[in-house]
Amino acid sequence: MTTNTVDSRRPRGLGTVLIYLSLVAASLVVLVPLVVVFLTSLKTSREVTEGGGAFRLPDDWLNWSNYTTAFRDGHMLTAFGNTAFILLFSITGTVVIGSMTAYAIDRFDFRGKKPVMGLFLVATLVPGVTTQVATFQVVNSFGLFDTRWAPILLYMGTDIVSIYIFLQFIRSIPVSLDEAARLDGANALSIYWRIIFPLLKPAIATVVIIKGITVYNDFYIPFLYMPSEELGTISTALFRFKGPFGAHWEAISAGAILVIVPTLVVFLFLQRYIYNGFARGATK
Amino acid sequence: MTHTAHTPTTRVAKESTAPRTAPRKTAKSPRPRRGVLRRATPWLFLLVPLALLITFTYVPVANMIYYSFTDWDGVSPEIHVVGTDNYTELFTRPELFRVFLVSFYYLAASVVQIVIALYFATVLSFNLRLRNLFKGILFFPYLINGVAIGFVFLYFFQDGGTLDSVLSWFGAGTDHAWLGDPTSANVSLAGVSVWRFTGLNFVLFLGAIQSIPGELYEAAELDGATRWHQFRYLIVPSIRPVISLSVILAVSGSLSVFEIPYIMTGGATGTTTFVIQTVKLAFQFNKTGLASAAAVVLLLIILLITWIQRRLVPDEKVDLV
Repeated sequence: MTTNTVDSRRPRGLGTVLIYLSLVAASLVVLVPLVVVFLTSLKTSREVTEGGGAFRLPDDWLNWSNYTTAFRDGHMLTAFGNTAFILLFSITGTVVIGSMTAYAIDRFDFRGKKPVMGLFLVATLVPGVTTQVATFQVVNSFGLFDTRWAPILLYMGTDIVSIYIFLQFIRSIPVSLDEAARLDGANALSIYWRIIFPLLKPAIATVVIIKGITVYNDFYIPFLYMPSEELGTISTALFRFKGPFGAHWEAISAGAILVIVPTLVVFLFLQRYIYNGFARGATK
Repeated sequence: MTHTAHTPTTRVAKESTAPRTAPRKTAKSPRPRRGVLRRATPWLFLLVPLALLITFTYVPVANMIYYSFTDWDGVSPEIHVVGTDNYTELFTRPELFRVFLVSFYYLAASVVQIVIALYFATVLSFNLRLRNLFKGILFFPYLINGVAIGFVFLYFFQDGGTLDSVLSWFGAGTDHAWLGDPTSANVSLAGVSVWRFTGLNFVLFLGAIQSIPGELYEAAELDGATRWHQFRYLIVPSIRPVISLSVILAVSGSLSVFEIPYIMTGGATGTTTFVIQTVKLAFQFNKTGLASAAAVVLLLIILLITWIQRRLVPDEKVDLV
């Protein structure tokens, strides 16, 4: 877009003021609930119960004791550990499986290709929430219930979106590269591993980001499949704050902030990839 | 293993009868092995993905349909086939069916959400100051953990919480219990859902609007089109596929709401959604049969909606392969 068009599309006059007002209002709607929770997380239990309104500033801005409580009594450290473990395996699995599937579908002609693509396509229509009643029995019959492998397998095995992202990308890699390698004596596996996989880097980045955020935030699957307290992920561990901390809003707030901060940091550093990734992920 | 690209066609035809079991059989004779291996290669790549797909999507769907015709409790070895009893129960017990009404709150919320997202996407497609900051702020809620959002808004709605404090600044202080009665609770929860998901719609719309070539705006302006005309006759038609996608996501999303109400109210005060009810039937009351019937109904509804959408909006983007 040239500077010219940009300038002609810059709104002018009273309209501009109203537009900025609406943007500021929307930003406040987004930020105020979060900021209040952050303020609460720095207050003492006394300050919270005494009242003075949600917006009263904490007396001591360096009161991190609620965060200590959240870590110690809320088992947040174990939770971060479990989430990291699940993230590591499910993301690696998703990337390998998704790229292999895309490679096989795009680069080979074989009988049964159409039905296979059909299977993946129809599966996108089946919403995961509806089938958990029966998926639970399958997972249980493998003896995986209440282990970290249950969510890992489910995240790996049911991610069709990432297959599409890889498929789209792999099409843009010229087949002549494969052919050149084949003439040099490379087999299918080494073509996939040495040629295709390294060229997929941008797609891998997209999948890692989308999958990472989805898995990090997921509540439903760990909640159903890992009821043990020591297997809590950040979502389920935070959810358990509800019981013991009852009305201790300062501890609950600290837990919530602890969970939000990593997301915020990732977002600030990877903004551009995140917008593109989610836009691509959702339209598939 | 080099691919023998020019295997004689006669051999290809012969070998194609046993493509998958062949590698073992042909291990003795090296020459046909290459062709067979070549044919088996895509299947070797697809082995694990297909196994996972079938195990965790198709087997559950098939089982679920079977369970829905039984009285199974999910644990006992005894399963009795009871025909369509579960479906009859589902459609005749009003309290089981009432949960669908809750979906309408979320459906209405999605309309609000799409309108807000469309407005901000249009506005931020102009060259405004701090554009990226506003974009980031509007999108960020979509990335936040659902449980954290649940707690943030429990505090927001609680007595003397964020909302009450804000209202009291404007002299509209109330002691209304926001989550205290069904209507108010559902509206509040649907509001949280707008807060959470508007960002995704917004970014989708913004991306689509920004891919409209700038010359079109210039041409429109030369023709004397007002800003509203540009929106109505240029922007809306250009991003119609994304809008239709958002509508579909909104409808199926409204039917499968789970996290926010489960975390915030646990389904109390009339906020039970279809998925909360199904999860409770299956895992608290051990009514696997009835829960499966409910899940099958939901699955059918969602498939129906998707089918309608594809009929109404034949969009090449939907055709992925």
